[in-house]
Amino acid sequence: MTTPAISVKGLIKRFGEAEVLHGIDLDIPQGQVTCLIGPSGSGKSTLLRCMAFLEEATDGLIFINGEPLGFAPGPQGKPVRLPAARIRAVRSQIGMVFQQFNLWPHMTALGNVSEALKTVHGVRKNEAEERAMIQLKKVGLAERAGHYPSQLSGGQQQRVAIARALALEPKIMLFDEPTSSLDPELTGEVLNVMRSLAADGMTMVVVSHEIGFAAAVCQQIAFLDHGKLLMTGTPQQIFGKPRHPRLDQFLDTYLDRGAAMLV
Amino acid sequence: MSWKLFELLVQASLYTVLISFISITIGLAIGMVVSAAALSPSRALSVPGRTFVSFFRGVPLLVQLLLIYNLLPALGLNVPSVVAAITGLSLCTAAYQAENLRGGFQSVPRGLLEAADMAGLSAFQQFRRIRAPIALRLAFPSLVNEAIMILKASSLVSVVGIVELTRMAQDLAASTYRPIELFSAAGLLYLIINWLIASGGSLFERSFRWGRP
Ligand SMILES: Nc1ncnc2c1ncn2[C@@H]1O[C@H](COP(=O)(O)OP(=O)(O)OP(=O)(O)O)[C@@H](O)[C@H]1O
Ligand SMILES: [Mg+2]
Repeated sequence: MTTPAISVKGLIKRFGEAEVLHGIDLDIPQGQVTCLIGPSGSGKSTLLRCMAFLEEATDGLIFINGEPLGFAPGPQGKPVRLPAARIRAVRSQIGMVFQQFNLWPHMTALGNVSEALKTVHGVRKNEAEERAMIQLKKVGLAERAGHYPSQLSGGQQQRVAIARALALEPKIMLFDEPTSSLDPELTGEVLNVMRSLAADGMTMVVVSHEIGFAAAVCQQIAFLDHGKLLMTGTPQQIFGKPRHPRLDQFLDTYLDRGAAMLV
Repeated sequence: MSWKLFELLVQASLYTVLISFISITIGLAIGMVVSAAALSPSRALSVPGRTFVSFFRGVPLLVQLLLIYNLLPALGLNVPSVVAAITGLSLCTAAYQAENLRGGFQSVPRGLLEAADMAGLSAFQQFRRIRAPIALRLAFPSLVNEAIMILKASSLVSVVGIVELTRMAQDLAASTYRPIELFSAAGLLYLIINWLIASGGSLFERSFRWGRP
């Protein structure tokens, strides 16, 4: 059994008094696409952000390819916080794509994609921009390299954001509703990029309401409800009958039921 | 008014511009550090940062100038009075610029910094490459405003014996008995300089080719 790409162990997350994740255990297998689905407010984003240590777990541990991220198991079982440089080192294996793109507005597409290569990895400007261009080509935006984010459509901005993450050669890519702030006609171009990434064997965790995408591309689906992982399994196991009543309700309320039927 | 008088006024206005420009530049550098300190999570930095701002915004510039002018020699620093003038103006504008920049820093969307976290930028790299450039752009219109305020406020440095535009007009008015002409000319010169600053500012602002984040 190989080490999981991400291993979430006993994750508890509280915001003040409110506990939003009640002890999550989840393994993300290498080279597969895992989709996190669940109703709004069920804690999908929080779980994904904990996996990237953008959110600190209240309790529990996260392992990235076997290495602890953020907190390590302590001597008395109490997690101890790791130093910032160590966090950056482990986190460098992860790329993240946000719902709001979060491109840096004062840099061109090329600037966004080459920034960390130059600033963090000390790659010379020419080489960094060459490597950035390769990523922009991959997402079909080579001609837009000199554009600022405000001069790009939402779909193009999201593809630049994907290129920015890929330029750092992550082993794992996390996506938090990458298409839900896009107009419907622009979601396709982003999903296509994600599909080809999956076909290349990238380990991916995707929070998505695109049930069709989840059913077609994911090898594993995790259904989150009220801060608990109700079930994990293949699309067939999750969407096939008999269905968990909460999942049935969720599909009824939130999603295109027809898409799930196709599985 | 004779050409000779006008020439003297123009010369004095160049002095006004020079003193203001130096003070605004030094003030921007200090303001950057002060606003970063005021926003720091560490109290050891944020308390001095905020105290600096309250002091220099709360005490009239005229009082600050007279205080610094008398304080420096008392501390054994025998510097020309122009240094006292620039010190006073710089510290005062630093406080206002720090406030403007603080607003800029606080308007940088969190998500941009999370993206920087994920890209591996350290806190200092994020400050240098993401937070400071965006804060500067966001605060730019109010920084131009502040430059205009300082240019006008620089007339106060005459109290420490600097003969800038206002003081020159006063002196010439006293010796020629033509106050209305001289103060009108001085006013016109202030107006022209400030118009140049404002239009230079908006020209520069338009060159930021980006939408607001
Ligand atoms: N920073 C925060 N402070 C306080 N509460 C928060 C914070 N972030 C999230 N929450 C709460 O945690 C719960 C889970 O939120 P989360 O954003 O993870 O849900 P989600 O499943 O991603 O929902 P959606 O589908 O709407 O994006 C919600 O009740 C939310 O209000
Ligand atoms: Mg969410």
